[in-house]
Amino acid sequence: MNTFYSKWLGGKKGVIELAVLAAFIFIVLPLWLDIFRLNMVGKYLTYAFAAVGLVMVWGYGGILSLGQGVFFGIGGYCMAMFLKLEASDPVSTARQTTPGIPDFMDWNQVTSLPLFWEPFHSLIFTLIAVIVVPGVIAYVIGAAMFKRRVSGVYFSIITQAIAAILTILVVGQQGMTGGINGITDLKTLHGWNINSNSAKYILYYVNGALLLGVIVLCKYVLSSKFGRLLLAMRDKEDRVRFSGYDVANFKIFTFSLGAAISAIGGAMFTLQVGFMSPSLIGIVPSIEMVIFAAIGGRMSLVGAVYGTWLVNYGKTAFSESFPSLWLFLMGALFIGVVMLFPNGLAGLYNSYLKERLEKLVLKFKQSGLFKKLNPVKTELQNEQ
Amino acid sequence: MDGYSISELWSILVMQGFSGLSLFSVLLLMALGLAIIFGQMGVINMAHGEFMTIGAYTIYLFSKVTEQYFPSLMPYYFLVAIFAAFAIAFAVGYLVEYSLIRHLYKRPLDTLLATWGLSLIMQQIFRSVFGAREVSATLPDWLMGSWQPTPDIDIPLNGLFVMGISIAVTIAVVLFLYRSNWGLKVRATTQNRIMAGSVGINTKKVDRITFAVGCGIAGIAGASFTTIASTGPTSGSLYIVDTFLVVVFGGAGSIIGTVSSAFSIAQAQSILTFFLTNAMGKVVTLMTIIIILMMRPEGLFTSKVRK
Repeated sequence: MNTFYSKWLGGKKGVIELAVLAAFIFIVLPLWLDIFRLNMVGKYLTYAFAAVGLVMVWGYGGILSLGQGVFFGIGGYCMAMFLKLEASDPVSTARQTTPGIPDFMDWNQVTSLPLFWEPFHSLIFTLIAVIVVPGVIAYVIGAAMFKRRVSGVYFSIITQAIAAILTILVVGQQGMTGGINGITDLKTLHGWNINSNSAKYILYYVNGALLLGVIVLCKYVLSSKFGRLLLAMRDKEDRVRFSGYDVANFKIFTFSLGAAISAIGGAMFTLQVGFMSPSLIGIVPSIEMVIFAAIGGRMSLVGAVYGTWLVNYGKTAFSESFPSLWLFLMGALFIGVVMLFPNGLAGLYNSYLKERLEKLVLKFKQSGLFKKLNPVKTELQNEQ
Repeated sequence: MDGYSISELWSILVMQGFSGLSLFSVLLLMALGLAIIFGQMGVINMAHGEFMTIGAYTIYLFSKVTEQYFPSLMPYYFLVAIFAAFAIAFAVGYLVEYSLIRHLYKRPLDTLLATWGLSLIMQQIFRSVFGAREVSATLPDWLMGSWQPTPDIDIPLNGLFVMGISIAVTIAVVLFLYRSNWGLKVRATTQNRIMAGSVGINTKKVDRITFAVGCGIAGIAGASFTTIASTGPTSGSLYIVDTFLVVVFGGAGSIIGTVSSAFSIAQAQSILTFFLTNAMGKVVTLMTIIIILMMRPEGLFTSKVRK
């Protein structure tokens, strides 16, 4: 229990952080917003998975991946393929030339289900694939590059090119992937209607719980010896290498972990929004995910969630009222976060708010009210 | 290949090869500016495409003004406008270096993010000023039409013109970097900033001019781009990934590398496009580049600088 407390949750400070975040996601937002807006926040929170992955890969690993959308997309497409197959049973697609295959295939004169679609009839396979496929792809990319000591800027440019390739591929192979429209009209998950309001609530809570779970897992990884090595590597890679560690393997692991985390977000996106399209996997969404992490604070797992929520909230609010201003603001965010506050919201909190909050808490503790509320605990603290 | 005679096949090969050469010219012009900024200075300028768009819109403005007020000068405006495109892109680049880039030399990944933000802002400015729709400049008559060496072969003049510009700019860049006093200072600064400073080179000034020259070349690239395609607010950003790959594939810091990688990428892409679909040709080309880069991360030609 003790190691769980200190390692997984990150001690008292970590528990408070997580509790505040959990209260925000599970209580404040559902009470504040109607189901339409809540579903939208649920969508934002799926991007937060990618941002959390980037905190691990970029903030702690020092590897700036501009292809995070690729993994988000693969996770999303895996889930979408399963849902689409379920929606295209022979009965409801009886009007097609070939019943039993997804409608867009029929429109593109594809007459039988492509082989790589077959296993996605099974939910268990799909759930495994959501995590394993992006993990393996990230492993292959990582192994090829990090073993060759491709790093820094070169890695970023290559991952960006990979994002471009995947988009062109998905758009180009319309008959197999749904092309530019993506995979749409997703209705049920094992017979359960995912478009109903109750399903939206449940999926929102599942999503939030998974997000917190992922953050706890990342905290554990970072509090282990591995986390310390990761930081050491980011700052002085050569020294870690000369100490006898295989730097490449650590990087590959981090990159794969980040990929798998993003993919969970992608799968949850498909479930909550009900479609998946190439507009979510290309260069622009990938780099937007970087800004989510940067705004939240590139070293803060919890901050990444707030950063994602804030940027997307701003995007929605601004594009509803001043659509042309949004790009200016987004551009200014990129420049501002780099030039003025490189540690993002978490950095602002640490340097301005934290001290005042602590003073406030201290004052509260010294006042009589706290003693009345919590007599035993304060006595114990006095004894210490 | 049935149904084609030998001479027709030959004509197809020549014209397809020529379309590869035009793509090569555009890629090369784009990449030359980046080869200076990224290859020499190590700055990742994601807004490079937008500097190209600046050049393209300059030509558009010049053509509109000339058409409206000095119709008799139409045949000549293009030559003046190209220099203006260079000058304006140069000036904006100078300003950007001074206000933004110089604070970030030690944080290359952050430069990437900041210049991406800059590119978003510039795109929105273009959209507000020129509108979201694509515009095209009115070209002088001597750029229209085509050259027909045989009845089957049809080579567009604007393609030849772009090729001419890219050859001229390449020669100018080589002369600038390897034969001029400035080039010597630029190379000294990139190889060892501290030593260069201690022998009396004003490294900050060198940085600013180098960055601005790179941006100016992007402006020329945009200017020549208007002769073969129309210009929209996001035209430049479509080329940014390709351009970076050209520079990385050629080997950062090597002009010969940039030229040969632009050539091989453009030719591979235009030949594959003929046999496969447009999208697949591009996918196969990009994949091949990435695989080659994985085997040879330093690119085709490496500069002999110890890092």
